[in-house]
Amino acid sequence: MKMLTFSARNAKEILRDPLNLLFGLGFPIVLILLLTAIQANVPVELFEISRLAPGVVVFGLSFMTLFSATLVAKDRGSSLLQRLYTTPLSPKDFILGYILPILPICIAQTIICYIAAVILGLEITVNILLSAVSVIPVALLYISIGLLCGSVLTDKQVGGICGALLTNLSAWLSGTWFDLELVGGVFKDIAYALPFVHAVEMERAVLSGNYADIFPHIWWVLGYAAVITAGAVFAFLGQMKRQ
Amino acid sequence: MEAIKTVEITKKYKDVTAVDGLNLTVEKGELFSLLGVNGAGKTTTIKMLSCLTAPTSGDAFLGGKSIVKESRAVKEIIAVSPQETAVAPNLTVKENLELMAGVHGFPKDKAKERVAALTEQFGLGEIAGKKAGKLSGGWQRRLSIAMALISEPEILFLDEPTLGLDVLARSELWDIVRELKGRITVILTTHYMEEAEALSDRVAIMKSGKLMLVGTVEEIKEKAGTDKFDEAFVRIVKEDRK
Repeated sequence: MKMLTFSARNAKEILRDPLNLLFGLGFPIVLILLLTAIQANVPVELFEISRLAPGVVVFGLSFMTLFSATLVAKDRGSSLLQRLYTTPLSPKDFILGYILPILPICIAQTIICYIAAVILGLEITVNILLSAVSVIPVALLYISIGLLCGSVLTDKQVGGICGALLTNLSAWLSGTWFDLELVGGVFKDIAYALPFVHAVEMERAVLSGNYADIFPHIWWVLGYAAVITAGAVFAFLGQMKRQ
Repeated sequence: MEAIKTVEITKKYKDVTAVDGLNLTVEKGELFSLLGVNGAGKTTTIKMLSCLTAPTSGDAFLGGKSIVKESRAVKEIIAVSPQETAVAPNLTVKENLELMAGVHGFPKDKAKERVAALTEQFGLGEIAGKKAGKLSGGWQRRLSIAMALISEPEILFLDEPTLGLDVLARSELWDIVRELKGRITVILTTHYMEEAEALSDRVAIMKSGKLMLVGTVEEIKEKAGTDKFDEAFVRIVKEDRK
């Protein structure tokens, strides 16, 4: 109950910021529309809606890192968090209270992206629903990166690192906008050592119904999500102690 | 009856001793002010008493419960209104009050009742639907104190509650604090001598982490040989330097 109250407050703080809605929901849809328009004129296999939509879904989740990091960093910068530390909320309540409310926002964003994709020609199958479910570990990964950054950076630093750097890294190294095979070499090796391309490949496999192809990508996503979530918890507890 | 008792409580940050073996007792229902120049150790003392930071040595007992061994139980009976305004900016005034009731685990009915009572007591009715971030400094402070009181605390810490407020807003907050006297134990830190003089039952003067003097405003003025409280404070702090 205590955690749910805190969690509800966090959801309201995020959803009441018009910039969050604009970037979180508007931007991915604009990207799908734009790239589908390009695809209509200059057909590229990569931008076929069934391959493009999972990539945009994963890219859209990178904004959740920005939302969660900004919320935590701003709370740390104000006295509100200090006040809440003097209440009976436990460290577990704080961590779950920051992570849980963003998960449904991620799923809602995913569904909206797929609705846009359906309007643009994506075939309606049960795999769309499965994709919306399989996005949960990816969402957890991005939210935890946010919690980690928000626990160690100021809200201004968060804007630069999560808003600019991470969204770009997540885009370039995901194989959504260009084929990583075309670049190859170290760039491709780095991309496959990070979770973003694996998240996209996993989503593509689920959406296409080729469930066997989610391996080994799901292990990369789950592994990174577990390690980064543990790191985020550690960083949050550390700053809580320092407060 | 004692609300707070500190026993040789000390806080060290590397080589700096922020609070040095503080021993003091605050009675139930008392309005007790902690005064001192910057770096005297007031905020560190409040942080230790409100379980935000652990003492390096010593202990304090709030309502008989140890801040070292029973911090969860202590948190059930205290509330803090921090120096800066601590409100959730995108939540309305009513939602901020509901947030504090919720994090204290109040059932819905009781939360509703407490929100209504505090809204009435602090005159927040007309702005209940306004976002807290859009309120003036005075109204935010008022809301901040209301949020602290929603849990019906036995002990309330007010850290510089009127800092930066205009004369009228300050006077209104003083009235609110006066109403709490006798019902709740209030620990107030302030840099405004007239505020401490107007509100306090007793005052403690701290310097360099140490307790220099505890007494009523009259006792302190008498000790310093002046009938002006701000002058008495300056004399006591300066005398220690000699």
